[in-house]
Amino acid sequence: MALQDLETATEDSFEKIFGDKAKELVSRLENNDVAGAVGLIQDLQNVRDQNLYQEIGRLTRALHESIKNFKIDSNVQIAGSDIDEAQEGLNYVVNMTAKAANKTMDMVDSALPISQSISTEAVDIKQDWDRFLNKELSAADFRGLTKRVSIFLDSTVVNTKKLNGNLNDILLAQDFQDLTGQVIQKITAMVTDVESSLVNLVAMAGHVDQMTGIKHKQADAEIKDVDPLKGVGPQINAEDKEDVASDQVDVDDLLSSLGF
Amino acid sequence: MKILVVDDFSTMRRIIKNLLRDLGFTNTQEADDGLTALPMLQNGNFDFLVTDWNMPGMTGIELLKHVREDERLKTLPVLMVTAEAKRDQIVAAAQAGVNGYVIKPFTAAVLKEKIEKIFERVDG
Repeated sequence: MALQDLETATEDSFEKIFGDKAKELVSRLENNDVAGAVGLIQDLQNVRDQNLYQEIGRLTRALHESIKNFKIDSNVQIAGSDIDEAQEGLNYVVNMTAKAANKTMDMVDSALPISQSISTEAVDIKQDWDRFLNKELSAADFRGLTKRVSIFLDSTVVNTKKLNGNLNDILLAQDFQDLTGQVIQKITAMVTDVESSLVNLVAMAGHVDQMTGIKHKQADAEIKDVDPLKGVGPQINAEDKEDVASDQVDVDDLLSSLGF
Repeated sequence: MKILVVDDFSTMRRIIKNLLRDLGFTNTQEADDGLTALPMLQNGNFDFLVTDWNMPGMTGIELLKHVREDERLKTLPVLMVTAEAKRDQIVAAAQAGVNGYVIKPFTAAVLKEKIEKIFERVDG
């Protein structure tokens, strides 16, 4: 087989050419054609080299494309890259949610004393009102009651207006969900892109490993176990996981089984 | 009753402090991780510790272990309020000597129930 055949050999035919050449080598050796056999060994070497160059070429192009796609600066400065944008995006989500939570709690904090004072005053007035209905109230006390009712109604108009304002502000504070939702969706799409590019790169690197005979230590490929004592954060889909307590009842059951 | 609330998120500290206030506990202080909390506990005459688990610096479980190793703090009631929900973790917290374990998100009623239970046991 001539060298130009080797140059056009694709990765699919790589193993076939290798097998054919090996059979030819055996038959030449059996026929004492040593010079031909040596030439064949050289051909075998060429098949491997040629395919290796092609694979490395593809890998380099794919890496280059991936880097271009994620706008990662080749000088290892990540400013302006998609990764950098994702970090900024996630910080934005943390800040927006914190702001909304604080605003909501501010509104609740300022509303609570108002609703408490309405409740206290209503309880007081009701006592006198009940006495009035039972005809236990003197004329002087009745005049006092009407005055208090009048003041209460005036202040309730003002107070409920303030409460309505707070409730509206609490409602508006939830507008973060739309904005943070958009940012998170964008980052999710980016992570999916990164993953599929990485899978491609790993597959291509696998071809190179195969041709060069490189074997990676198993330990490198193993995912490191996270130390649960360091904390692993909230569990997503907890009810589907055997090793996770899905709610407080589950936690209480587990603790009581331990003698709590 | 002096209570220390330890969580790295200020909003969660605020929620817990507000709930404690509703339960009548107004003397509360805050720390954002175990490293800040431990010296406060050692010098502050606290009666109760409410702590998150996952925090930078020193985690809640490490803080709990330090508390149990400290001669003056070892009987301090500790309530863990955390998103950590793996069974191994809950068992580890129990073994480290936690007095109560509440998983986030939680309700005011659950927090109240666990706190009352802790003090029933401590007082009883």
